[in-house]
Amino acid sequence: MSIEIQNIRKQFGDFVALDDVNLTVNDGELLALLGPSGCGKTTLLRIIAGLERPDGGQVLFGGEDATHRHVAERKVGFVFQHYALFRHMTVFDNVAFGLTVKPRRTRPSPEAIRERVMELLRLVQLEWLADAYPPQLSGGQRQRIALARSLAVEPRVLLLDEPFGALDARVRKDLRRWLRELHDEIHLTSVFVTHDQEEALEVSDRVVVMDHGHIEQVGRPDEIYENPASPFVTQFLGDVNLFHGRVERGLFRVGDFAHPLAGHDDSDQALAYVRPHDLDVSMSAAQALAQGRIEHIHAVGPVVRLELRQDDGSVIDVALSKERYRELGLTPGDTAFVRPKKLSVFNGDASDYVI
Amino acid sequence: MSLLNRSYSVLPGFRLGFGISLAWLGLIVLLPLAMMIVATSRMGWPAFLGTVLDERVLASLRLSFVAAAIAAAINAVFGLLLAWVLVRYRLFGKRFIDAMVDLPFALPTSVAGIALTTLYAPNGLVGQYLAPLGIKVAYTPLGIVVALTFIGLPFVVRTVQPVLQELERELEEAASCLGANRWQTVRRVIFPTVLPALITGTTLAFARATGEYGSVIFIAGNIPLVSEIAPLIIVSKLDQYDQNGATAVAVVMLLISFALLLLINSLQWWSARRNGAQR
Amino acid sequence: MSDSYSATAEARWVRWSLCGVALAFVFLFLLIPLLSVFQQALSHGVGLYLAALTEPDARAAIGLTVRSAAIAVPLNLVFGIAAAWAIARFEFRGKTLLTTLIDLPFSVSPVVAGLMFVLLFGVNSPVGAFLAAHGMKVIFAEPGIVLATVFVTFPFVARELIPLMQSQGADEEQAALVLGASGWKSFVRVTLPNVKWGLLYGVILCNARAMGEFGAVSVVSGHIRGETNTIPLHVEILYNEYNFVGAFACASILALLALLTLVIKSLIEWRQAREQNQASGRVQLARVRRAGEHA
Repeated sequence: MSIEIQNIRKQFGDFVALDDVNLTVNDGELLALLGPSGCGKTTLLRIIAGLERPDGGQVLFGGEDATHRHVAERKVGFVFQHYALFRHMTVFDNVAFGLTVKPRRTRPSPEAIRERVMELLRLVQLEWLADAYPPQLSGGQRQRIALARSLAVEPRVLLLDEPFGALDARVRKDLRRWLRELHDEIHLTSVFVTHDQEEALEVSDRVVVMDHGHIEQVGRPDEIYENPASPFVTQFLGDVNLFHGRVERGLFRVGDFAHPLAGHDDSDQALAYVRPHDLDVSMSAAQALAQGRIEHIHAVGPVVRLELRQDDGSVIDVALSKERYRELGLTPGDTAFVRPKKLSVFNGDASDYVI
Repeated sequence: MSLLNRSYSVLPGFRLGFGISLAWLGLIVLLPLAMMIVATSRMGWPAFLGTVLDERVLASLRLSFVAAAIAAAINAVFGLLLAWVLVRYRLFGKRFIDAMVDLPFALPTSVAGIALTTLYAPNGLVGQYLAPLGIKVAYTPLGIVVALTFIGLPFVVRTVQPVLQELERELEEAASCLGANRWQTVRRVIFPTVLPALITGTTLAFARATGEYGSVIFIAGNIPLVSEIAPLIIVSKLDQYDQNGATAVAVVMLLISFALLLLINSLQWWSARRNGAQR
Repeated sequence: MSDSYSATAEARWVRWSLCGVALAFVFLFLLIPLLSVFQQALSHGVGLYLAALTEPDARAAIGLTVRSAAIAVPLNLVFGIAAAWAIARFEFRGKTLLTTLIDLPFSVSPVVAGLMFVLLFGVNSPVGAFLAAHGMKVIFAEPGIVLATVFVTFPFVARELIPLMQSQGADEEQAALVLGASGWKSFVRVTLPNVKWGLLYGVILCNARAMGEFGAVSVVSGHIRGETNTIPLHVEILYNEYNFVGAFACASILALLALLTLVIKSLIEWRQAREQNQASGRVQLARVRRAGEHA
């Protein structure tokens, strides 16, 4: 089931949570809503679910207007950050809840319910916990039960609100992979909210980056990572170094350094964003973007991280492969020069986002 | 203090604090209680049973507990409702109503007693409307129930209220997403969560009502076999210098209230265990 | 009222009828009885009202009530703090038992409580006989009234403090000790300020009950007019003599006391809620800052 979001607006008092948002979620895809807290991603998810009523705009499920449908009639699966399991019920009863509250006419027989619940518990690999109570489970187990519970009613779409937000880093990683596999298996249209860019990029088919109630960019994870559409997206997706320069006749220039650009107007104030691993280091000054004194070298693991202090006091982060690092033979105190393998340039003043 | 098997702590003052508590507890609570046990044991079984099995005593015990049970049941319903309204709805004068709920805790029982009696007497402010309908409240068992309802209300509201306040909205939203209508959500998700607190509050109200004296004697009319409560029997036996008789009735009441206390504690323990180990 | 569309709200008519029933219940069962006390007291004019309050027996009753509360409340305050310190700050065997025993007076009928003191100090008991031989009277005298009052108000302060101190934990006191404070200093400068509202709360509830206790005091008092009558007992006597103005006049003092108790209690709760909000606001701000630094 596809979801279309048309001109959705939502305000809480003076705070504009969503400002004219348009988005289409394709049938069967796993979409991530990514953004810092307060960007409106959870509000958007709750509006899709029907837990929140938009001030304007429409939500269409499979082309059909669902804006004024009550939550209970929308047939959405919703997974909460803090699981929201009913703690006075066993795991089995939790999963069975959605089936047992159906009107008598459409309610499956007790045997059918039992079969369906056990099937779902097998799907989340927790059938042995059917008789346990939620307080006896670990966080990861609770979230899997919450997922099984939301799937029991055969929802048309699955919505997950920061599903791994309350979990340890390790469990989080396991569960992430597991969710991806599960989605590949059942192909249910799914939207999940996260503020963790790594999670969004790793799990989803497409990522929607949001900020201040707007959608900044929509695209496949690799697209977004390689071609961020705005300084905000660039900064939000990971560590990045910022260089000031200008654009002249299709070239981004800082001193000697020049880099060809496509489709940029000339500008005196341009910003180049370069990720640490897109920087190369050398000892020669020719064609260098910037230079700095090596302050720290973190050589643990496959990637070596350098911190270069520039003359104006700012720091450049560089990530090198171990081989390259050995080749260069760098030591703290050396002056080194950096050259970008790839950069993103935006016009405008130094609008440095604080995330 | 090795007897107490106290685990190590850097904080001082355990002996002092524990000593004062135990001394005061012993003097004010345990000593009188012990005296009562001594007095009872000196009485002997025949005298004890003779007193307790007296028709008037049995009727008063029955009345005390039945009226208390009815009042507790009324309070369970209206206390839950009041707590719900106070927690969930925006209401004009809510702070005032919230404060008023504690009135029965703060208002001396004799004041409550004479006020309720005057109101519910056949010529009283409320009673005058009930009398033509054939409903007599003051000087009947019904009056006792009214007084005990007044006394017990805050127990239910104050135990249920915090649980309702901490109830996560997400639970209700989850139920709603799963297709439950509002009534199903209330019945199957909210009510079971509140139930332990409701039982505790109701039992507390019940326990308090069984021993209540001040607010009841005015409104009860105190007709033997009809509207005479057990605490009144104790008082009238004392007035007739029948200490043994008074003690016998008191022991029965004490045993029942201890049983209730035990029940409350195990209920709390049970619900704590049930809800234990939460995030 | 919240949005009717919300997933977690009832239909409008359900909300209105629930509110209506709740309000009616409060009005009928709480508000009208309270108001009727004042209405009855003033029904024959202010002159009679004041006369009823200033006649000697009433004055004596007021004096006795204030005196016994003034003894009982501080005693239970000291006990409450001591018990809370031992129970909330230390682990020892029998802690549950001690907690249960402290709650015991709440579950004993006031009349039975009075009876226990009659049995202990009455003329028929060895203790009572001994005291009588030395010219001391407990039952049907002030000491008995004070003892009965102490018994029924026994748990109030401790009950308020124990959960509060348990939830606060001992970290701050330990920090004070590490910083070199003596045990007493850390108690006065750290523990007491932290529990002051809970303490005040316990004290006003304790006081309200002490001044208003009827059943237990009734049994040990002997009802001697002008001597062993507290205000609640005086109310009873006047009421039984059909002196309704006098009874309700004295009752109105107690009702005013109850109202004052409720006002103070609400103020404390309001203050606590405000402090808590500010504290959680600060925590949230700190959290946001920290998150900002991490990003």
